[in-house]
Amino acid sequence: MNLLITNGRVLDPSQELDAKLDVLIEDGRIARVDKKIKANVDVLDADGLVVTPGFIDLHTHLREPGQEHKETIATGTRAAVAGGYTAVCAMANTLPPNDERAVTEMVVAEARRNGACRVYPIGAVSKGLRGEELAELADLRTAGCVGVSDDGKPVYNAQLMRRALEYCSMLGIPVIAHEEDVQLNEGGVMHEGYYSTLLGMGGIPAASEETLVARDVILARLTNAHLHIAHLSTAGAIEVVRSARKSGVHVTCEVTPHHIALTDDTVQSFSTNLKMNPPLRSKEHRDAIVDGIADGTVDAIATDHAPHHVDEKNVEFDLAPFGVIGLETAFAVCYSQLVAKKVIGLDRLVDLLSCGPARIFNLAGGTLRSGSLGDVTIIDPAAKSTVATPFLSMAQNSPFIGQTLHGRVIATVVGGVVKHDARLTAPVAKKKAKR
Amino acid sequence: MRASGLRSKDLLGIEPLSPDEINLILDTAEGFKEVSERPVKKVPALRGQLVINLFMEASTRTRVSFEIAEKRLSADTLNFAASGSSVEKGETLIDTAENLMAMRPDMIVIRHKYPGAPKMLAERLPASIINAGDGAHEHPTQALLDAFTIRERLGRLKGVNVSIIGDIAHSRVVRSNIHLLTKMEANVTVAGPPSLIPTEIEKMGVRVAHSLDKAIDGADVIMMLRIQLERQGKLSFPSLREYYNTFGLTEGRLKRAKKSVIVMHPGPMNRGVEIASDVADNPERSVILEQVTNGVAVRMAVLYLLGGAHLSE
Repeated sequence: MNLLITNGRVLDPSQELDAKLDVLIEDGRIARVDKKIKANVDVLDADGLVVTPGFIDLHTHLREPGQEHKETIATGTRAAVAGGYTAVCAMANTLPPNDERAVTEMVVAEARRNGACRVYPIGAVSKGLRGEELAELADLRTAGCVGVSDDGKPVYNAQLMRRALEYCSMLGIPVIAHEEDVQLNEGGVMHEGYYSTLLGMGGIPAASEETLVARDVILARLTNAHLHIAHLSTAGAIEVVRSARKSGVHVTCEVTPHHIALTDDTVQSFSTNLKMNPPLRSKEHRDAIVDGIADGTVDAIATDHAPHHVDEKNVEFDLAPFGVIGLETAFAVCYSQLVAKKVIGLDRLVDLLSCGPARIFNLAGGTLRSGSLGDVTIIDPAAKSTVATPFLSMAQNSPFIGQTLHGRVIATVVGGVVKHDARLTAPVAKKKAKR
Repeated sequence: MRASGLRSKDLLGIEPLSPDEINLILDTAEGFKEVSERPVKKVPALRGQLVINLFMEASTRTRVSFEIAEKRLSADTLNFAASGSSVEKGETLIDTAENLMAMRPDMIVIRHKYPGAPKMLAERLPASIINAGDGAHEHPTQALLDAFTIRERLGRLKGVNVSIIGDIAHSRVVRSNIHLLTKMEANVTVAGPPSLIPTEIEKMGVRVAHSLDKAIDGADVIMMLRIQLERQGKLSFPSLREYYNTFGLTEGRLKRAKKSVIVMHPGPMNRGVEIASDVADNPERSVILEQVTNGVAVRMAVLYLLGGAHLSE
């Protein structure tokens, strides 16, 4: 619980800090950030490395309970700390879904027992994710849910969405919206555009996301509530968020590393590790969300880590489930695409991975201020590595296998405890993780 | 380069082929066409080779045509249909294919409901994979037999004006034809109601028309596509009646086309939906049954060029 991180370049956008300093963690919390701290505790040498507030993933599918053949809380959080994450928000579409307090409590208890990082549950908006009637949202909040979402499906009923927004404004938590018009998407397996035409595959038009984003932004204005757009992927959606924000609507959004790094032309390989929802978009959409990152419209980068078993993905593209894993590659993918290519600085990337997520979901962490959680990520921007299997995640469905990326997560500290250290030959915590 | 002159062990689509490879297949087919006119319709080219016809989706014309082509080349053939097979017991495509591969076929002809299925097999199996239609993606032997027919009738492909009319969005035939015809420098127009024209198809090098009259004006070849009646209830237009009135090819409308125009259809036809019987059966204009005859010759050429490579090793 006590740790001294020495000689690193401390980069904390939450307090506009960027200097060579030591970080002292006592009793799991940041005690001091200062020059040349002397303390009689374990030391982690960060010479030549960058020390940042721990990354927080707003969008993780841990699959437990119910789909433990894809991922568990133990394996998913191991993957998380390997990717520099000190906390993840666990999506509600488990089996059974997290639509009642007992499920939330199970997730929290299992995370405490076997989790390598903090787990913040996301509750369901509707009972059974059916989109018909509200789940017991206050009860979910009390049990520890930090937001609610029917993610995997949209809240298609506008009246239900309105009620969810109104109710959550009382609870002080966001409604996280998975935006897609299921009728416009019928039969769709990839972005609708030139490549879906070329490949003869069912298209998912950008309009499918944009129409629902527009509707929900209008409902957020009506209800004065916090709407958070999950995995935003289109030019039109980013424009709606940008203009709504200017007019004072409380809307935030996240984008995923794969939508930043990849476009729909790659689907010509028919690799099912390129199938996710929302789908990889065309270059124009990709460029528009990167513009949104550069100008501050995007609040957070979230992985939408969606593990699937290899057997489930080893089928025809149309039959494969949507989703890719992302926790272990997110930082290097984003560093390569955004910082190495000089779209944004490293400080802004840390903001998108750590401070931003904490700020918009009101989570502890995302800062190295004295008294805050002792959650720290240590990175090496100069390192290069090639993405290879096996991942620590139970699933291997990554679209980045074989890519050489810039930037590497070196160590992850959760509450003052080193949970991941890439410099050790055998990761210590791996043995503790179940399966 | 394979001994045969085709670069790949597989025929997955027209998109990866070069104009030289297309010409090679068409020229080879010319030689094989004569075999079907002989009293003894058989050559020993593929004797001792096993070809499996793996039809995971219903097909009559294409399956029969492949089987006849295989038999006329003296190959051993085996037909595998999804219904009544292990597929109905939940076996995956890859497992099915690997089990068939364990019995050492030389070639597998596959028809599948979904795009990319032939490529999945080609990447995993040593056998030559021939795509006999994968979803709305490609149907390369159909485009080759269409090109063979056009070349035979008009003497060339370059500069020929081809109009393809109908359900462009859901057609694998149209995609393979666009690839082939644009590679061979023909001019392609696609036509149909906007709800049946897929997005950004112009980027494939074609002109788009939304009226039948515009599409047939100046055309040397009119290719009518089947309206997929099995999509009833999910049709992207109001009714079959209205479709016939706006895009159905009738004798009256055909009068506005060039005198020399030929009419093609990949079959199966819906008479009175996309094409009137008097057009389909017009002996001067319609080449629909010639297409079927030529299909055997073209498939013999493809099988020979992919399978024959083994013999010349």
